[in-house]
Formats: sequence, structure tokens, C-alpha cells
Amino acid sequence: MRDFEYEAPTALSAAIELLAQANGSAKPLAGGTDLIDHVRTGRLEPDLLVDVKKIDELNVLELNGDGLRLGAAVPCYRIYGTPEISQQYAALTDSCRIIGGIQIQSRASVGGNLCNSGPAADSTPSLIVLGGVCVIAGPNGTREVPVEDFCIAPGKNVLEAGELLVEVKFPARAANSGSHYRRFIPRNEMDIAVVSVGASVVLDESKENFVSARIALGAVAATPLFAQAAGDALAGQPVNEESIAKAAAAAKEIATPITDMRGTAEYRTHLVGVLIERVINAAVSQARGEAICYKPGH
Amino acid sequence: MAKKRVVTTTINGDTHEFLCKPQQTLLEALRDVLGLTGTKEGCSNGNCGACTVQMNGRPVDSCLVLAVEAEGANLKTIEGVACGNHLDEVQSAFLEGAALQCGICTPGFIMQTESLLEENATPSEEEIRFYLSGNLCRCTGYDKIVKAVQCAAEQRQAANA
Repeated sequence: MRDFEYEAPTALSAAIELLAQANGSAKPLAGGTDLIDHVRTGRLEPDLLVDVKKIDELNVLELNGDGLRLGAAVPCYRIYGTPEISQQYAALTDSCRIIGGIQIQSRASVGGNLCNSGPAADSTPSLIVLGGVCVIAGPNGTREVPVEDFCIAPGKNVLEAGELLVEVKFPARAANSGSHYRRFIPRNEMDIAVVSVGASVVLDESKENFVSARIALGAVAATPLFAQAAGDALAGQPVNEESIAKAAAAAKEIATPITDMRGTAEYRTHLVGVLIERVINAAVSQARGEAICYKPGH
Repeated sequence: MAKKRVVTTTINGDTHEFLCKPQQTLLEALRDVLGLTGTKEGCSNGNCGACTVQMNGRPVDSCLVLAVEAEGANLKTIEGVACGNHLDEVQSAFLEGAALQCGICTPGFIMQTESLLEENATPSEEEIRFYLSGNLCRCTGYDKIVKAVQCAAEQRQAANA
């Protein structure tokens, strides 16, 4: 593998300083499940890896009345290993359970998944539908960016040289809400999404009508997409096939998939509709406290 | 050129101090520096699980961990599974059930099975297949491996009863 230096600071300020001084030749290392592979294959050529796992701010995993704080270096297993998060932020844990295999989930972080900015990243649609906001620290201070505005192209995001994603914070969940994420893959596990959909719904007291909804799509555009019009189409509508079909149609409108080895553009667009129906129904079931017909990997 | 670092870890209960460069993976350090060649290299990109070891109680692909990250860690490798000359239930079940052919994937499967049974002493077939999905076997196929895991789980349950 390429020769590089390694630092593991414990202070956030020290990490920012190392990244800023390196002038683009340093990379933050969290779980390393993509980074180490990319350095080995020569896709990335850093001179310095800054291990961020010893920094307290990036290890925060805190759920309280204000919402959820998810440190950027927290590995997947810690997230789905917290039952309250699985219950309140189900889409997030649905994602974490299907990123790679169990060994990968021991190390891979949601923050790293987001910063790699792949169009098919399994956690990003969930972060978007749950209203995640990125907290970014850099040499000029801290700024916040909604997750749906973070990725700008395949492998590219809004982080400037020297900036570091510190955490993603989420608002508290509304009453009668539910969320779900799933992807279509030809295998049962260990694969990259052909298409993926995340959704979060809030129902009214009767649990028969949508109050609001957020929908996001993966692998159908250059970045994970926030399908705002599709979610808005459900607001105030009754929970039935017709409402959900309208949301699916709105989501298909904004999907601009490519044709590649995983599927044709036409096939992917069709899958958007299929998955939206299943994901919305599962999110509704969760909001109603009903059993969900879904197993990770199926 | 990056200088070598001193890394101190606990491996299979014993403290080890070794020298490595930042670009060396934990897999390379285990095999080439420490001579613990039971851990195998398969794909070297996190797909096959042949290099699975436990790091601080969690199964990881050691090809995707830098050796310098193991500073202060508690590691368990395939060499730490047997008790002296006595194979443990998982090793015995793989042997008795002929759950291997070439054997390159076997240490990884055994380490992953150890983690599975620590988390879930009575896994269903579906749970076994899901937990072992990060481990690939290119010769035996998976049925004998799944049966060996079921057998090991039963034997461990019986032993603990």
C-alpha cells in the first residue's frame, strides 16, 4: 500500500489543524472500510490519514427529548445495537443492518458513508428522510448543512479542504410517526443497491391519514435524492393505494437513473414505484405499531 | 517515508509489542510480523471475510484495519480458539461435518461463528446465513458450513446445560 503518515488526535481542534495544514493531501479515517481499500487500489493517494475515532465529538450517540445526535465516526453496530434508536429512527437502523456484512458493520460509520458520497450509499436516504443536519467543523468555525444538500456529485460533497463532518443531528420524532429504508438487490445481502428508497411518515390521531411525509431515493441520480414533491403529495391524504401511487409517480418524475450492469434506466425507474409502495406501507405499519413484513436482506 | 511505530496489543490473552509502518494492515502485521499465519488473506478488500479476527470483542476484516489502529486493542485470532490441544465446539463441528475443502476460508468462518454464538446462542438457519454473509467459501458451498454452525450451537448449549 502507498506510504502515508498516521495521526490519531484526541481533540477535534487538532484534527482540523492537521487536515487544514495538509492542504488536501490528508484524509480522515473512521471505519476505513472504503478508505483503506481506496488507498490500496490507488484510487486515493493521501500522504496523511487522520484517525478521528479517538475524538469524543465524533463518537457521540445520544438520544433525548431534543432528538438524536449521531457522531460521524460511530460504527453501524452501535447504532442498531441501541433499541430506542431502532424504534424511533427505524430507517437509520434498517440502513445500518445492510451496509456490508457484520464485519464491515463493526467498523463502518454512517458519517463515512455520507462523506464518500456515493449515489447508492445505503444510509444517506435514511438520514435525509429523518431530517438529518450535518454539523461540519473547519478552520473557520462550524456550519450546518441539511443532509439533502451535502452530496453534490458522485464521490463529491460540500466539505471544503480542512473541514470535517462532526455529527449528524436529527429532530425528535413526532407522535404517530414511522420510517423505513430498503433497497432492491439481486442477492440477499452484501450488494450495492440497484435502487433504494427511504421514507418517514407522520400520521394523524386516527392513523388513517398522512400529516406529512419525507421520501428519498438512492441509486437513481448522481447523488441520493430528496423527493420532496413525492412526500408533499402525501400530506393531508388518506392512507390508501391511490395516495401512495401519486407519491410514487411524483418520485419517478425526478429519478434520472443510468443504465449499467445493475439495471437499465427503465427498470430502475419502475423499481422506484415498487419500492415506494412497499416502503411507505412499512413506515405506516411502524407508525401504527403493527408488525412490518420485512427482514433485513430480503 | 513514514517511520515505523510501536504498537502494543493483547492478542489471545498475551501482551504483544510490535513494530509496523502506518500502511501495514492488521492482517499483514499478524501474519508477517507476528507469525500468526492462521488468519488468511482472501480478497484484501473486505468482501470475503477470510481474514476475520475479533477486535475489542467485535468481528472485523483485518485487511481493512491498519495495524497502528490496534494500539491498546484486545484481539482474538484463530490461534486463540482452541484450548491447548482441544478444539472448541465450532472447530470440531467444522471438522466432523466436513465443512471445508481447501480451508482458506475456514479460520474466518470459525471466527465469525464464534462471534455469532456469543451474540446469539441459538441462531436459526436464516440468522446463521445472514451473520455469515460477509464470509465467502468458493469450494464447499454453504450447506455444510451452516450445518456445522448449527451443530456447534447445539453442542455448546448441551455443554452449558
